[in-house]
Amino acid sequence: MRAVATLSEPTPPEPRPTEPILQVRGLKLSIRTDEGLAAVLDHVDFALAGGHILGIVGESGCGKSTLVRAIVGILPARAMIEAGHIHFLGEDLLGLSEAELNGRVRGRAIGFVPQDPYLALNPVFKVGAQLLEIMRWHAPDRGRKNARRDHRMRLVELLRRVQLPDPEAALERYPHQFSGGQRQRLVIAAALACAPALVIADEPTTAVDVTTQQQILDLIRDLVEEFAFSMLFVTHDLGVVAQLCDDICVIYAGQTVESGPTRDVLAAPNHPYTRALLACHPERSDAFVGIPGVVPSPFRPPPGCRFAPRCTYALAVCPQRMPYLVGGPAGRKVDCVLAEIGAAA
Amino acid sequence: MTGTPDLLELRDVSVRLGGQRRWLRPSVAPIQAVAAVSLRLRRGEILGLVGESGCGKTTLGRTILGLQRASDGEIRLDGEPVGDLSPKQARKRRKDIHYVHQDAAAALDPWWSIGRILEEGLAIQGLRSAAERRARVDHMLQAVGLEPGTRRRYPHELSGGQLRRVALARILVLRPRLIVLDEPTSGLDMSVQATVLNLLLELRGRFDLTYLFISHDLSVVERLCDRVAIMYLGRVVELAPTARLFARPRHPYTRALLAAVPRLDPHAARLSAAIEGEPPSAGRPPPGCVFSSRCRHAEPECREVMPELQDEAGHAVACRRWRDILPDDRHALAAGACDGPKPARRLGLAQ
Repeated sequence: MRAVATLSEPTPPEPRPTEPILQVRGLKLSIRTDEGLAAVLDHVDFALAGGHILGIVGESGCGKSTLVRAIVGILPARAMIEAGHIHFLGEDLLGLSEAELNGRVRGRAIGFVPQDPYLALNPVFKVGAQLLEIMRWHAPDRGRKNARRDHRMRLVELLRRVQLPDPEAALERYPHQFSGGQRQRLVIAAALACAPALVIADEPTTAVDVTTQQQILDLIRDLVEEFAFSMLFVTHDLGVVAQLCDDICVIYAGQTVESGPTRDVLAAPNHPYTRALLACHPERSDAFVGIPGVVPSPFRPPPGCRFAPRCTYALAVCPQRMPYLVGGPAGRKVDCVLAEIGAAA
Repeated sequence: MTGTPDLLELRDVSVRLGGQRRWLRPSVAPIQAVAAVSLRLRRGEILGLVGESGCGKTTLGRTILGLQRASDGEIRLDGEPVGDLSPKQARKRRKDIHYVHQDAAAALDPWWSIGRILEEGLAIQGLRSAAERRARVDHMLQAVGLEPGTRRRYPHELSGGQLRRVALARILVLRPRLIVLDEPTSGLDMSVQATVLNLLLELRGRFDLTYLFISHDLSVVERLCDRVAIMYLGRVVELAPTARLFARPRHPYTRALLAAVPRLDPHAARLSAAIEGEPPSAGRPPPGCVFSSRCRHAEPECREVMPELQDEAGHAVACRRWRDILPDDRHALAAGACDGPKPARRLGLAQ
């Protein structure tokens, strides 16, 4: 087992501005498949401070989407959580029943913005009916007198807020009648319909063009400020994180490798993987730089640090055990043996 | 101009889609997908074709391949027109041009082994000897950096990066001269993208290839292409050598596009939206300049006539006002897109 060196109530150099609203600790998750047991997540640790936007960054197959599904409890039936906790507003989500999750958490306390808004919206129902259904199930004032009328008014206001043209008429239209950017605005409004404390967005801008992406990011930033929710923003694009997120958490092959304030991490990454990832970014190199080797298969993950086989700084100890989580100034954390021995150049 | 003609030349090529009235089907309003595009591809160059979804870049690529008929204009290969040929002649004439699909996994038959996929094109071209087909396939697998054993494997066994290599090898065995690459790196992680792009550069030198690189990823285009054409609503609005276009973009749309790329540099971050709204439908383009409905610099005259693409010192732009708006464009300045020849340096974090 891994000893958590500085995570258990450390004495940070400067106090965090706010309590974490969401804290994932030592999450380990496997999925049974026909080909064997896939160790998808292994030691995922991060905390999302209240009112902050935390960017979860990793390449495809690193377990980002599984992590998101674990938080809202929509994992496939063959998934097993082997260790860890997901603390949200003071309670462990992993201990809640399906009824409790549906009644209090999903759609209500946690809103979700999916990657592909076209798949998330039902093509045969008007968007108004679909968005109102969310409120009928999850809104705090559901069942009250005139609730439906209130919901409709709130929804129109919300659609206006996400800058959807002609919100009244939009309720009567079908998903295919909206452009990609407009559909993204619709699902953002759907996520915010019941005033959640936390919104999870899973790559919400990968399907849209760059100018639309910029508009959506601007909108999200304004909404976070105005509605005072916290956000978990899953992406593979470091540029998007740099523009939007207060904090960043980098995941490699199901392991958290580094987290901290975005600016600090991007300016001076501590983990070799974060450095390699940044070196691939067009702003940091003229030539096309990749990372040698391939992401390990979750069926046969390398022992110890999963990045060790591709790491240019790997030591003999790296494949033998997991590194200890090392805390740094300003809430920075890094999972690397080099950081342990203070040798990270 | 020199004596040898350009490899490919498009003269005022337009493509209208839809609009036919068919039996028992409602007629669809025609869409001007490509409007009067003129381009030249020189031998050995990589021309980037950039624009947002729906701007007509894929339709233009398909028209060059002959998969889509041009409604107007002329396409010349080696100086000779390739339109209006009989299908048989056209196939012969255009065998120099090949296409790499955006989604390699979807373009390869999951029931066929990689070897069979690669040999199919050779068989169609009439190479009868199985031994020779096999030799050429093995040679090409090696050239794209795959093991010879890959020929016995199936598409689902390969990673995204390997599938792109297979898709390239499938084209390259046919010895093309011009390859139309449609978003060849979309959906790939940055670390894998790099290996595919390096391979493209290497193959170009090795097999004397010319690429038409269709993409919406400006950061890739900036580092890969020799020249870039920016498309908006079916028209080329700017065309210039890459370094110049990125250092001094002229068209307001190009600037907005460059400013919208999310940057790592915290000093460049947190810009407000460069352009508002979304592109209008290609079925109902605005009068005058196609960008005028979203352009912050548009004047009444801009809404009357579509400006021609005008070349000035090798940098062509279709905008009446580019000279007036050059100095005070805040967004271009903030994005670091105005000065400095080397992109890497001007985008560096050190400040």
